[in-house]
Amino acid sequence: MAYLFVGIFLSLIGYMVYFNFKLKDDVINSPYNSRQNAYEERIVRGEIRSNDGTVLAQTQTDAEGNETRVYPMGNVFAHVVGYMASGKSGLESSENYTLLTSHANPVEKVTNEFKEVKNQGDNVITTLDANLQQVAYDALQTNGAVVVMEPDTGKILACVSKPDFDPNTLAEQWDEIVNDSENSSLLNRAFQGLYPPGSTFKIVTSLAYLRQFGTLDGFSFDCEGELTAGGYTIHCYNSNVHGHEDFADAFANSCNTAFSQIGLSLNGDQFAQTAEDLLFNKELPLELPYSKSSFSLNDSTADALTMQTAIGQGDTLATPIHMAMIASAVANDGVLMTPYLVDRVESYTGTVVRETKQQEYDTLMTASEAETLTQLMRGVVENGTAKPLQEVPVPVAGKTGSAEHGDLSEPAHSWFVGFSNVDNPDIVVCVIAEKAGSGSEAAVPIAKKIFNAYYNN
Amino acid sequence: MVTVIVNLSRYLILILMLLYTLQCFSVFGKKNEEDKRNVMRKQIVSTLFMDFVAFLVMYLQTEDIWMGYGCAAVFGYIIGVQVLYRIFYPKASLLLVNNMCMLLSIGFIILARLDMDSARKQYLIAVAGTLISLVVPVIVRKVRSLKNLTWLYAVAGIGMLGVVLVLATVSRGAKLSIEIGGITFQLSEVVKITFVFFVAGILRKDTSFRNVAVATVVSAAHVLILVASKDLGSALVFFVAYLVMVYVATKKLRYAAAGLAGGCVASVGAYYLFSHVRQRVITWKDPFAVYNEVGGGYQVAQSLFAVGAGGWFGMGLFEGTPEKIPIAKKDFIFAAICEEMGGLFCICMLLVCMSCFLMIINISMRMNNRFYKLIALGLGAEYAFQVFLTVGGSVNFIPLTGITLPLVAYGGSSVIATILVFAIIQGLYILREDEGEQIEKQKHKKDKPKKPTKPRGGKYRKEDEEYGEKSLEEKIREQTEKSLNW
Repeated sequence: MAYLFVGIFLSLIGYMVYFNFKLKDDVINSPYNSRQNAYEERIVRGEIRSNDGTVLAQTQTDAEGNETRVYPMGNVFAHVVGYMASGKSGLESSENYTLLTSHANPVEKVTNEFKEVKNQGDNVITTLDANLQQVAYDALQTNGAVVVMEPDTGKILACVSKPDFDPNTLAEQWDEIVNDSENSSLLNRAFQGLYPPGSTFKIVTSLAYLRQFGTLDGFSFDCEGELTAGGYTIHCYNSNVHGHEDFADAFANSCNTAFSQIGLSLNGDQFAQTAEDLLFNKELPLELPYSKSSFSLNDSTADALTMQTAIGQGDTLATPIHMAMIASAVANDGVLMTPYLVDRVESYTGTVVRETKQQEYDTLMTASEAETLTQLMRGVVENGTAKPLQEVPVPVAGKTGSAEHGDLSEPAHSWFVGFSNVDNPDIVVCVIAEKAGSGSEAAVPIAKKIFNAYYNN
Repeated sequence: MVTVIVNLSRYLILILMLLYTLQCFSVFGKKNEEDKRNVMRKQIVSTLFMDFVAFLVMYLQTEDIWMGYGCAAVFGYIIGVQVLYRIFYPKASLLLVNNMCMLLSIGFIILARLDMDSARKQYLIAVAGTLISLVVPVIVRKVRSLKNLTWLYAVAGIGMLGVVLVLATVSRGAKLSIEIGGITFQLSEVVKITFVFFVAGILRKDTSFRNVAVATVVSAAHVLILVASKDLGSALVFFVAYLVMVYVATKKLRYAAAGLAGGCVASVGAYYLFSHVRQRVITWKDPFAVYNEVGGGYQVAQSLFAVGAGGWFGMGLFEGTPEKIPIAKKDFIFAAICEEMGGLFCICMLLVCMSCFLMIINISMRMNNRFYKLIALGLGAEYAFQVFLTVGGSVNFIPLTGITLPLVAYGGSSVIATILVFAIIQGLYILREDEGEQIEKQKHKKDKPKKPTKPRGGKYRKEDEEYGEKSLEEKIREQTEKSLNW
């Protein structure tokens, strides 16, 4: 029994050691920790850089020792890099502790401590590609968001959100921007914007169908431009009439009536299970604050709502990053790589302090399911709603969406999500342009610019 | 220049603490009495030097002359205690005296850092407590009737806890203390002692099932009143002390197992019955998830931020922001120490606490009288478990129970009670030394067989029969083995 008590003392000591080695960084990095500011008195905040070394944020010290945080790329990286005004956001917030930690040479650090000179904090090297980000930023002319990521690594190459702000002058405009509830410019729509996914959701519906029936082959449908069930009528976009279709045609044409019919044939609970397998209603493995996508359906859902849900309307909401992650899993044989923004952390002299390991987050679908979905998405580019993407140097697969939102008198939200180089996918692009019309009208051209920029570089 | 001294002092204080801790354990290896005394003297020097450095740094940081007075006062206390013990109780355990001085010193330093008024109050109470405690070893040694007052302890204990339950003002959701004439008393601290005396008294002769059952009922009454007062930490401490004492008194594993099972059932019951218990567990699982809730993770999170900020070496005195920790002077004093003096320092402090516990257990194992043996054991278990609960809670190793670090944390009742506990242990230690000398004398007589043995009183004859065959060394060796294996 004496051993037992000695044991509890030793367990406490063991935990102290464990805490200092393992848990400390996470604890200190908590956004609730107001002690971080104390570090600012000892450390010059490090830089945030793109993957090619472009400086995205740095601290400049004038002759009198006053520090200013400067964002050379201004609005382009505003949301993802974040700001330091009243509080912090983006990487400035999530990597706050990293930026305020110095892994400079210990001798130099101690010397500086005694000289009362601030030490230089570590630099955060992101996965962001300055060129792609700029192209995406320029291409997106309306409010909305763009996410570009590598499906086989999880690297996020671009993350644009509009409307934006200039982090360099945010402090002066703070009240004005915060009080402008119309635009909510500070919101990172790529991670936190919840949109009806519209027809991009047909990827999920197709997977549910595939899982329930084992094959897509038996399906055929005659589209008359509208379908009525349970007293509710669904129209195809612009009341197009698609005629006789098999599953691939219906997917390529983004035929709402066909997919309403598919939705009605699905078991509600299994459909919901598939959506949750694809991380609807689930936490996502992301470093920055995000919103949880939502999906609700069960066996007793009324026909009207089932039909809407099957075409990505109804109560379904998704974030652009989430749709990009689904496409990423399709592109990567069903395996979702954990998305990440911080490639590595270096001391100011360039010694690597910490490097993000690429890791599989989860297998969202089997390789053969991923292959079937890829074929469907390939059809969208070959003979469906995303034909302009045939001009990209490599084969592209994707899905467009025209999502209706609150105000039906306004144009739909324009979606595209897809990936390039179908056999050995390079990048996933997800675009949403708010109130910009159909997917083909707005989002596809934006995606095209991004794909072309990637391959022409 | 000040920066240089502050930076150097962090490491210097740590080195002194390391030395002190090493000496705590190296003394067990020393055979020679003079060597031991040497180590003890070194420990005093380490303590004094550490106090000096700490108060000097705090003076440089604040230029508050009270830091100077504080240093002098702490020196006065330590030297005074050491001299008094050497005069009145030359046979006392010097290691225990040193540890008491060290732990109080750490408390004084961090309290002076946090709030000079509290430090002054704490100091005066510690001095008063120490003076009172000087008579305790005499009482333990001379007043043989202590063991016959079993039911008085029970009545007094339950009575005091009952008074707190009925009259106490609620602080932080728990009823802990009552106020008499402007002074608050946390009676559960005193009851910790009477409780151990009660259990030891009732189990000293008779460990029949009936007697154990009676002890259990009375102990349960103590614990339940504490639970009703929402003083969960104390309730757990009492429970563990009871369990340990019953097990050692009866040597029956099934009692311990039954008690442990009962404790588990009670914990699960408490979890479902009381929302505040549930809240503690939820907070423990992820303090940051419930950060903003009432009674949520705010306290523990602030404590963890402090421990994290301190890292291995600490920020240095007056370089951190321990004032951000809620109730930093009491429940979370460990976090405050971690922040400014560092994780390594705190680990050393834990080792010092462990050395106190081992010393107490060592004494318990060498006592022949079961009453005294159980008392030492019960007090030791209470002390160790209290350290575990408060430190574990501060670093979120276990759910928070709201209890303070003995001798270090601010709180008059707690300091006085713990000093009394240490004094009682000293009394037992001295008793044991007396016994040892008797044995030695007898051994001496045996060495001279030609001298005719005078017939002695019956009082000694029994002991002679028991111990006459074994040498003192053998006996100590045997007892030490026992102490490690019981």
